[in-house]
Amino acid sequence: MSDQTTNPIAFVAEDTIPPSPPPARETGVVKWLRENLFSGVTNTVLTVLSLVLIYILLKNTLPWIFNGVWNANSLAECREILAGKTGACFAVLTERWPQLIYGFKYPADAYWRPNLALVLMLVALAPVLFFDLPRKMLLFTAVYPFVAFWLIWGGTILVPVVALVGFIAAGAVFQKLGNNSFAAGFFGAIVTALVIWNVGGALIPEGLSENAWLTAVPSRDLGGFMLNMMLGVTCVSLSVPLGIALALGRQSNMPLIKWVCVIFIEFIRGVPLITLLFVASVMLAYFFPPDSTVDLFLRVVIMITMFSAAYIAEVIRGGLAALPRGQYEAADSLGLDYPQAMRLIILPQALKISIPGIVNVAVGLFKDTTLVSVISMFDLVGMIRGPILASTEWNGVYWELLGFAALLFFVVCYGISQYSQWLERRLATDHH
Amino acid sequence: MKKSVILGAATIAGLSAGAAMAGTVDDVKARGKLNCGVTTGLVGFAAPDANGEWQGFDVSLCRAVAAAVLGDANAVEFVPTTGKTRFTALASGEIDMLARNTTWTFSRDVDLKFEFTGVNYYDGQGFMVPKALGVSSAKELDGATVCIQTGTTTELNLADFFRSNNISYEPVPIETNAEAQQQYLAGACDVYTTDASGLAATRATFEAPDEHVLLPEIISKEPLGPLVRHGDHEWGDVVRWTLNALVSAEELGVTSANIDELSAGTDNPEINRLLGTEGTLGEMLGLDADWAAKAIKAGGNYGEVFAKNIGEETPIGLARGLNAQWTEGGLLYSPPFR
Repeated sequence: MSDQTTNPIAFVAEDTIPPSPPPARETGVVKWLRENLFSGVTNTVLTVLSLVLIYILLKNTLPWIFNGVWNANSLAECREILAGKTGACFAVLTERWPQLIYGFKYPADAYWRPNLALVLMLVALAPVLFFDLPRKMLLFTAVYPFVAFWLIWGGTILVPVVALVGFIAAGAVFQKLGNNSFAAGFFGAIVTALVIWNVGGALIPEGLSENAWLTAVPSRDLGGFMLNMMLGVTCVSLSVPLGIALALGRQSNMPLIKWVCVIFIEFIRGVPLITLLFVASVMLAYFFPPDSTVDLFLRVVIMITMFSAAYIAEVIRGGLAALPRGQYEAADSLGLDYPQAMRLIILPQALKISIPGIVNVAVGLFKDTTLVSVISMFDLVGMIRGPILASTEWNGVYWELLGFAALLFFVVCYGISQYSQWLERRLATDHH
Repeated sequence: MKKSVILGAATIAGLSAGAAMAGTVDDVKARGKLNCGVTTGLVGFAAPDANGEWQGFDVSLCRAVAAAVLGDANAVEFVPTTGKTRFTALASGEIDMLARNTTWTFSRDVDLKFEFTGVNYYDGQGFMVPKALGVSSAKELDGATVCIQTGTTTELNLADFFRSNNISYEPVPIETNAEAQQQYLAGACDVYTTDASGLAATRATFEAPDEHVLLPEIISKEPLGPLVRHGDHEWGDVVRWTLNALVSAEELGVTSANIDELSAGTDNPEINRLLGTEGTLGEMLGLDADWAAKAIKAGGNYGEVFAKNIGEETPIGLARGLNAQWTEGGLLYSPPFR
């Protein structure tokens, strides 16, 4: 006891030792590097190899990009300015910018028209793509195709107006007759629309387009990336409803409808798109008298739409097949008729499953629009391969032009893909 | 948008279906525009410039025909065609004439039912090699790798040439001229072969054109000329004699600079007949008396058109060679205007 008092404890820690920082190799950047890049011999070697590869790539491309010449009138001038240094000749992009975007024949003083159409397109698409927006905006979406047609092609406003009236009348007829019999409504609507278009078309005075407020631009004068966008947007928006109809038709119990759909889908899927395009541009010309062929743009749109509709139909059929049988039976047991069952129960689920597939087809379709360059339409790639590379000034510029085209397409396709992922998250109803 | 396009197209179709199938000359006059098929783009021969105006050697012929028939060199609707669509476009009546560096061959003339109305450029297949290879004749190319466009007559000509000279080669098949340029520059092949005019145009775009030479051998005949449909001889005559007028004008010394002066009348009866101050040649064609004068004014005579678009002063730098007048050792020989 006394020992304890004479030998008091020399030191008592009165507070805890402050925590020391973790070893450098277990924290922050170093830890991340160790775990992800240098966690073993193999990975270390791979990391070093990749770094070397990236270095070589950048060493060659960065000077090329940063030395780029943006102001010159020809490739020869570019080379003079560079004087032997490595460098891109981006001047071709600045000099031929309008041609790349609008094609070489679209009137320069009318560039605002496709621009405005593009802006309006974003407005029109918004309520379709983002359903939190007020539903009344859909009214504008319905009118948009006619506005865009008028803006881009110009001419008299009576043409799109007559077309719109035809649609409205057809819709009204369908409402009235469709309640009793779907077939009566359907065919009645078609007849109404045709009558209105023909009568209306005949009433539009000839030559009215020549002095219209917006100069008329024939389809042949459309070109550049604008043409790709127009083909892509029109064909996707037409082929999705058509694809749904084909998919449902293929599952129909009515043999005629079923077989028409099966034959259509299998035939179109069995033929390369480029063949269809050749048929559109070359073969159809034989069936019309000279000077009175159907517009080339329209022929191409029909072919591409048919092509992608067949693919989308199969994607949606996959979605329909993935639904449990119970869903169909549940709809039946509720006493819903076929349109109601499809609209309220089956399609919302089937379409949700099909989103990745549909987007896949849409992205592919958008890129396939460049195929029209082989039938001498001057889309972005057609402009590059034809007029621009064939000009004495710019013959020999490849990387800059094709790289630019790749960039434009990447931006749009990546945007579509990001939207579809957002849409899937937004529609997710299962709980994790 | 789609349906309204249908409507518009149907309307246009209805309006224009009334146009009857008269002779092409009358059709063109009634339309007020010449539909001329050109390539989608070939350096020097046809390509739109930065303002969207078509320029080039073949384009000039279209303009000359338009000037002769309609009196306006700009009254041309240029219809771009690819190698695959050109003949159907002509056969279906979409275009009135095709001026698209098309080789005049027996089967195209006879079997495809077209009428070649002359030759505006005598081409032939040649070879291009890097100077560093040290080759001065195609016969020294034994064992060379050759870039060659697949599915063309050049491929067959090449095989014939090497076989008849008993030397071997290794083909590197390529699809387009653009691809060929890259392959050749990257050293994937020792030799690039295609039409000599194409080789010259390609070489002109190189960073160092002097490091490449065109070998002297020309191993095939490629007469390029305008063509029209079989059966409409009046129209064929118009195109043929417009081309002849440009050639004759050069031979007779009529240029775009002195034509106004010469149109007033000269001592040379052939010039007078050509320019319409004497005789009734224009009337025989169903055109104005000064049709040829208008055609020449459109872009100058053959020599001027050549010099402006593909001649030695241009980056393409083609020599006249076979395309010189017959008086200067070339093949250009226009029948007399009489």
